[in-house]
Amino acid sequence: MAWKTADIVVIGGGVQGCSSAYHLAKMGVKNIIVVEKGTICSGSSGRCGAGIRAQWGTEMNCRFGKACLERFENLEEELEMNVGLDQSGYLMVAYKDSEFDQLKENIKLQNSLGIDSRVVSKDEAYEICPGLSADDALGFTFYQRDGHADPFFTTFAFMESAKRLGVEFLKFTEVIDIKVENGAVKTVVTDKGEIDTPVVLNAAGGFFHDIAEMIDLELPVHSENHDILVTEPVELGVCPPMLMSFSGNYYLQQRPDGTIVGGCSPVGHPIEYDLRSNFSFLEHMASVFTKLLPRTRDIRVVRQWAGLYNMSLDCQPIMGEAEHVKGFYMTGAFSGHGFMFAPVTGELIAQLIVRGNTDMPIDMLHYRRFAEGKLIIEPAVV
Amino acid sequence: MAGICSEKRQYEEGDIVVCRCKEVTLKEIRKWISRGYDTFDELKRLTGVGMGPCQGRGCRDIVMKEIARMTGKTLEEIGTGTYRPPVKPVKLGMLTEANKEDPWKGKVVSH
Ligand SMILES: Cc1cc2nc3c(=O)[nH]c(=O)nc-3n(C[C@H](O)[C@H](O)[C@H](O)COP(=O)(O)OP(=O)(O)OC[C@H]3O[C@@H](n4cnc5c(N)ncnc54)[C@H](O)[C@@H]3O)c2cc1C
Ligand code: FES
Repeated sequence: MAWKTADIVVIGGGVQGCSSAYHLAKMGVKNIIVVEKGTICSGSSGRCGAGIRAQWGTEMNCRFGKACLERFENLEEELEMNVGLDQSGYLMVAYKDSEFDQLKENIKLQNSLGIDSRVVSKDEAYEICPGLSADDALGFTFYQRDGHADPFFTTFAFMESAKRLGVEFLKFTEVIDIKVENGAVKTVVTDKGEIDTPVVLNAAGGFFHDIAEMIDLELPVHSENHDILVTEPVELGVCPPMLMSFSGNYYLQQRPDGTIVGGCSPVGHPIEYDLRSNFSFLEHMASVFTKLLPRTRDIRVVRQWAGLYNMSLDCQPIMGEAEHVKGFYMTGAFSGHGFMFAPVTGELIAQLIVRGNTDMPIDMLHYRRFAEGKLIIEPAVV
Repeated sequence: MAGICSEKRQYEEGDIVVCRCKEVTLKEIRKWISRGYDTFDELKRLTGVGMGPCQGRGCRDIVMKEIARMTGKTLEEIGTGTYRPPVKPVKLGMLTEANKEDPWKGKVVSH
């Protein structure tokens, strides 16, 4: 006897799983169960920089980014909960000619898609970010509508709305296997018992590829550790926009509570599951802070932590249904930008599951692109 | 007199600030525990409790006891929640001096 039965089981209570569950319920699906091995928002979603931007370098990501900004701007009203949206923009910093050229190319593309981003002078950059010192920078781009939201509030808001629509959330429940019968999903096996269901959505974040392996699907995906830190609160206006550089390998931003958050990619991108914080990051990131924002020298770091980036071969998400197992859907490998896309990707995957088609195209995100050699090359990723 | 007394009682039951750093009240903590956010980490993410400069030294125990009281679980069952470094806040300038490397060195044009 199964412990429970469901129409859809969502694996993972991160922002993607919660957004997907909410949109599925909103589309009329009954009997949805979200299974989370820890607590809701304990994975990457609760550890992220939570930046939101439309400054991308491919048409697909620009369209996603723009749609996400529109959703975030209306999310508080829709979900009846504050999601901490702050639109102080993203200020991109280039240190190399080739990099600045690329940023300018990106701006052209963005403008053609209705995103009013622009190149800004150093003086303007200093106005936008009063604490900034970037004498060695070659150029800057800026888009005012970019910004960030509170990752906890956003995830909890999706969860609370999903709950109101009848979705059941099981925390401290780990999926350990998936049973397939006649080429279709039959049962999700958890450490608490079995859940019979015809449909599974893999939204397991850093463990996305481990869940795929349960149906013998090997994806070109791995997880890597990214460190991040936060300072004590200081007076506002030091660094209101998200300050970001691809070649400088950093992102920094002051939150509305006055604290400054900043992180970077690990050099060499080691494959790691170890989320214990490391000291070399702290020293490196402190140097980045004091170089970019000299007046932060005397402020203190109060916390550092780490989370997983689930990376695919081309650093773009994987969305779609498994080719050999009916009812096994996936939404993951967000490669470091899965928070901002969640309001839109959650809706799109729900449409694919319920209707079999989507309002915005996502077929290019199916994992078959790797076998077909149709990788998506996005120049604007950190 | 009665007025003062009842005011005092209300203050004790509701608006006691359990986390001075982040100004989180007992009332707020109780509201979220009753809605199912019954671990320290969840309450932390939702209210900011324990995320101030004292890193929860001033509030963790009170919150843990409140979870235990409301859920009927023991403190062992609830667990402690995650402790994060640096336990004592350190100045960025001090850390910078400890770093011998140029921050731009070894920079990667990443994925
Ligand atoms: C330091 C850092 C900074 C970032 N900055 C940004 C940013 O600025 N902007 C942005 O858009 N994105 C950013 N990201 C990326 C973003 O955090 C992720 O892409 C996003 O949170 C992914 O959401 P998710 O729901 O897919 O994954 P998660 O939030 O990780 O959720 C997956 C959940 O699945 C659960 N799970 C896993 N395996 C099982 C199992 N077997 N059974 C049950 N449950 C399971 C996990 O416990 C987890 O809670 C950043 C990430 C990090 C680490
Ligand atoms: S009293 Fe709660 S963090 Fe300091």
